[in-house]
Amino acid sequence: MKPRVLQLFTAGINCDRELRHAFELAGAEVSDVHIRALAQDPSPLKECDMFAIPGGFTYGDDLGAGRILALELEKFLGSALQEHREDGGSIFGVCNGFQVLVKAGLLPGLEGVKASLTWNQSHRFECRWTRLLPAPSLAGLVPGGNFLPAPSAHAEGRLVLGNPETDLSRLEEAGCIALRYANARGEPTAAYPDCPNGSTEGIAGLLSPCGRILGLMPHPERNLSAEHLPDRGAGEWGLGGEGVDFFRGLLAPYLAGTPA
Amino acid sequence: MANFQMNPGAWRVELEARSGHPDPVGETARKALAHRGLEPDSAIRSARGYLLPGSLEREQVAAVAERLLADPVAEETRIFEPEEIPEDGGCRIVVRRLAGVADPEGMSASHALALLDIPLKEGEQVESLRCFRSLGPLDSAQFLKVATRALANPTIEEVTLANVPIRSRPTPIPQPSKRREVPLLESDENALATLSRDMGLALSREEMQAIQAFFAAEGREPTDVELETLAQTWSEHCKHKTLTGPVRLEVKNPDGSTARKKLYGNLLKETIFEVTNRLSPDWCWSVFSDNAGVVALTDEVGIAVKVETHNHPSALDPYGGAGTGIGGVIRDILGTGLGARPFAATDVFCVGLAGDASTDRPPGTLHPDRVLEGVVAGVRDYGNRMGIPTVAGTVVRHPGYIANPLVFAGCIGEIPRDKVEKESLPGDFIVAVGGRTGRDGIHGATFSSEALHEESETVDAAAVQIGDPITEKKVLDILIEARDRGLFRSVTDCGAGGFSSAVGEMGEGCGAWVDLSAAPLKYPGLSYWEIWISEAQERMVFAVPPECLEELEELCRLHEVEATSLGTFTDTGRLVLEWEGETVADLPMEFLHGGVPQPERSALWQDPGLGSTPWPDHLDEEALLLKALAHPSVVSKEWVVRQYDHEVQGGTVLKPYQGSQGRGPGDGTVVKPDPGRPEGVAIGCGLAVRISELDPWAGAACAVDEAVRNVVVAGGNPHRIALLDNFCWGDCRKPDRLGSLALAAEGCHDAALAFGAPFISGKDSLNNEYRVGAEEHPIPPTLLCTAVAPLADTAKAVSTPLKKEGNLLVLLGVTLGDGGASVASDLLELPDSKPPRPDLEAAPTLVDALARAIQNDLVAAAHDLSEGGLAVAASEMVLGSSLGILLDPERAPALETLPRAALLFSETPTRFLLEVDPENLDTLDGLFRTLPWRTIGEVVSKAGVQFVNGPFLDTQRLADANRGVSP
Repeated sequence: MKPRVLQLFTAGINCDRELRHAFELAGAEVSDVHIRALAQDPSPLKECDMFAIPGGFTYGDDLGAGRILALELEKFLGSALQEHREDGGSIFGVCNGFQVLVKAGLLPGLEGVKASLTWNQSHRFECRWTRLLPAPSLAGLVPGGNFLPAPSAHAEGRLVLGNPETDLSRLEEAGCIALRYANARGEPTAAYPDCPNGSTEGIAGLLSPCGRILGLMPHPERNLSAEHLPDRGAGEWGLGGEGVDFFRGLLAPYLAGTPA
Repeated sequence: MANFQMNPGAWRVELEARSGHPDPVGETARKALAHRGLEPDSAIRSARGYLLPGSLEREQVAAVAERLLADPVAEETRIFEPEEIPEDGGCRIVVRRLAGVADPEGMSASHALALLDIPLKEGEQVESLRCFRSLGPLDSAQFLKVATRALANPTIEEVTLANVPIRSRPTPIPQPSKRREVPLLESDENALATLSRDMGLALSREEMQAIQAFFAAEGREPTDVELETLAQTWSEHCKHKTLTGPVRLEVKNPDGSTARKKLYGNLLKETIFEVTNRLSPDWCWSVFSDNAGVVALTDEVGIAVKVETHNHPSALDPYGGAGTGIGGVIRDILGTGLGARPFAATDVFCVGLAGDASTDRPPGTLHPDRVLEGVVAGVRDYGNRMGIPTVAGTVVRHPGYIANPLVFAGCIGEIPRDKVEKESLPGDFIVAVGGRTGRDGIHGATFSSEALHEESETVDAAAVQIGDPITEKKVLDILIEARDRGLFRSVTDCGAGGFSSAVGEMGEGCGAWVDLSAAPLKYPGLSYWEIWISEAQERMVFAVPPECLEELEELCRLHEVEATSLGTFTDTGRLVLEWEGETVADLPMEFLHGGVPQPERSALWQDPGLGSTPWPDHLDEEALLLKALAHPSVVSKEWVVRQYDHEVQGGTVLKPYQGSQGRGPGDGTVVKPDPGRPEGVAIGCGLAVRISELDPWAGAACAVDEAVRNVVVAGGNPHRIALLDNFCWGDCRKPDRLGSLALAAEGCHDAALAFGAPFISGKDSLNNEYRVGAEEHPIPPTLLCTAVAPLADTAKAVSTPLKKEGNLLVLLGVTLGDGGASVASDLLELPDSKPPRPDLEAAPTLVDALARAIQNDLVAAAHDLSEGGLAVAASEMVLGSSLGILLDPERAPALETLPRAALLFSETPTRFLLEVDPENLDTLDGLFRTLPWRTIGEVVSKAGVQFVNGPFLDTQRLADANRGVSP
């Protein structure tokens, strides 16, 4: 049986097409559900392996990116999402989906660590290709070895921590730092433009301590073939299609015959 | 107008960046204040602010602040009680929207309170604010005065001191509106003109007389809403009276003698449409009849394309004007056939010159840099929220746009072939879906048809609208789903003229009955005529068969969008409006759509008699190239493009800026509507404003040539190019303005016919003049030509950056010496001379051969030669790569010996610089045999441009110059 992905939809979600395409290329069966429908009947959550929140501008980013949808998740789906994880399901959020997971407190999900995603250092929306380095434990998501090339496109992607001095090492120890921005030499960086937003320690994505919730700002679902690359064959941005490997890696625990 | 109740007290929540966190908004504010002469001694801090109803308890306000409004990690919260006066030594102001101006964020907050189980009472709302305070003392009166200009746009916002309590906006008390007749049967010519002006109808004497005659025959006086409906429907904006009317053209020789005369019965029909009619290819599915033109992409799927202008609103409020401009053109695509799904957007801005050159500008106008920042931000915030990639466009800077900037917004959607046709039938419900109706944009259509003037800023403020992209996104989601479920028979957008134009168009063939009392309103107090013509954004009108109404309403409920039945389409052939049980309008559709008189206009063009270009014999090639790269026409627009999510939907294959560093400008962009399929669309834009000033025919032909070049060089099919025209001109009631327009239309005709490329849609804007006292200034004649061409397989698309060391550079196309209106002629301050004209006999063959070379994989990189000529094109190919170019300009194909300056900087159209693997040269020779082409250089490892017998410029210098960094 194919891994089952349930994609959330609501006003302002706008990266659902490319995310669905990516999951399908990676071998999943994808269905969509509106938050209103899910609030009334959360049972589709029981029938999926992965609950995914695509990118976009839910409710216009009003009151801060992801803020209102995060409240809705807490209010309508708090316990259903808890059960989903206890049943072995996972949660994935990209871009605005990541912002929602952070604002809802599901990421980093480490007791006592407060995090937020706020305005880019430039204080404006920026769309550019970025390179992502996975944590060693997530190397399986980037089988090519070096980095995952993916476009970033956001205004509020700078990760900030309540107590930077102590929180950072705690996140590191708990394995929560999933992805970092990297420069052309493949070294992690927080410097513009390789890191487009000035994020703490160049952090681009977080993983919950339980390993079941992953979120990231850049869009691997927009790198599904060589055609997507910005340099079209010059070779400096990899071979293209690394996003498909990334999603295959995400779904690996749910692919029949693959050890979790 | 409505009356207002007393202002209720309000809680104020202010959220400031925590210390240690950056506050770029505050820093920018400080600079903006300083720029206007107010230099605070201390820092300026910014805050997001919200007003909450005074009826809430403190604990409730605290909960709302903590759980909904504030980011507790990054922000600090301050709560002020309803009558509290902040006391911290500094000076505080708040920027708030004027009453009646939409506040989408405040509305979001109002709705979200329910999530915290804090419901608001009837009439209560949350209002969003922008707050600023000085850390040290500051003269409050001066702060207020300077901030009103520096930190706010007075057209839509007001600034108030916040060292006093700020109160909530009062709720308007509805005023009953009653059917009103406007007596005009007895009026003389002058009284009619006065009436038109007083009511803001923008109707001419002849039009007012036609209306008078009609009502005389009917034997009654018109109502106010009937006059308003006629004014909207007959406006230049909606009817294009000038372009579709008779034009008597005279072209004069330099000596003043008549060169030729021509009478056009219908200028547009005999030039632009004529190309389409003559070609009428079977891949054109819908042209000049719907909200957008539709052409085939595959046998099953078509693409709908439209480009709109939104100039006057953008002059008053660049942010809101450009945002609602893109919002409007997206609705055009949604309202094409039974609805197309948008997958790409374009934008072109024309503004005054940068920097201090523009400090001396007409009163009442904004600085061009502020206009540009505003329009970019407007497109960014609307397009990004809609999830439509803005992928193509440009910025034109010219002093002539100082008081009247231009904003062109385009959109492209995909549509199944069986959804292209639509027809509303008698008995169908007229259903409005989307945002509510307010007083926004009253008289937008008639306003855009008149010249701007000094007081426009204040008196026309109602013409400005604030966009709410998320509502429009919901409408998009509903529309596509409802289309695929077959829930409606016809749809159109509420554009200029609002319900009046939407219902008027949809009911043109049958008739319509509308009860205006049913329309959902943003606030009470609108009169029926305001409801009818309001241009409130984000609304579409559907024709829904009775049996589908319930299912459509159910779908709208899921997406939390209002759907309201306003009436029905009828078989009476009349437009009937009711208001609270009384008939307030009853007009035959025939008169509404066919009754406008078409005045004959004269057009005159005086040939200036230009000579050949006096190119200098000796030239500092390095200095001129660096200046050319920084010229307003060439300077990098990457800062604009990076603010747009040009990758959303995952279909952007050729990006606007390309290459490993992402700084190489592309020609055409290529976007796939469905990333899972091979086909895509190449999109290109052409403009030649400076050429048009000297030779309007050449300007138009060059614009067409450039748009064609852009799509073909990117890999588009040259036999499937569809064109769109947007004419923005001065007041065409004046013969000289109309003269250049007529020649431009002829240029469009000749060039499009030569390329076999039909026009499929267009939109003009003909009153772009600015009045200061008695002086009238037209904008430069501006034709935007947009081209789209399909690619069967986007893997064939070619980008501009260099690919491989050792490859050869081939120049295709002949270079001529005509350099009038070129970047070089501007920089070298040469006198006006003949601008280039495309060779329309040779160009199509050349473009066709290039397309075949691309299809046969013979071209590794390709760039067309445009502003700045060969020298700039070569530099731009270098910018996108880590490689370099060795180039011999003297090998460029030319008909005669030209000075190096011309070879390097001439802007002869229909030329391409191609990167070719030496192994492919023989095959290329087979394709190009009869054409002017030559190998003129090669790709080398040293990053930069080396000219043979000339300078070397490394890539960093080229990049710095192109970014506008002074050397």
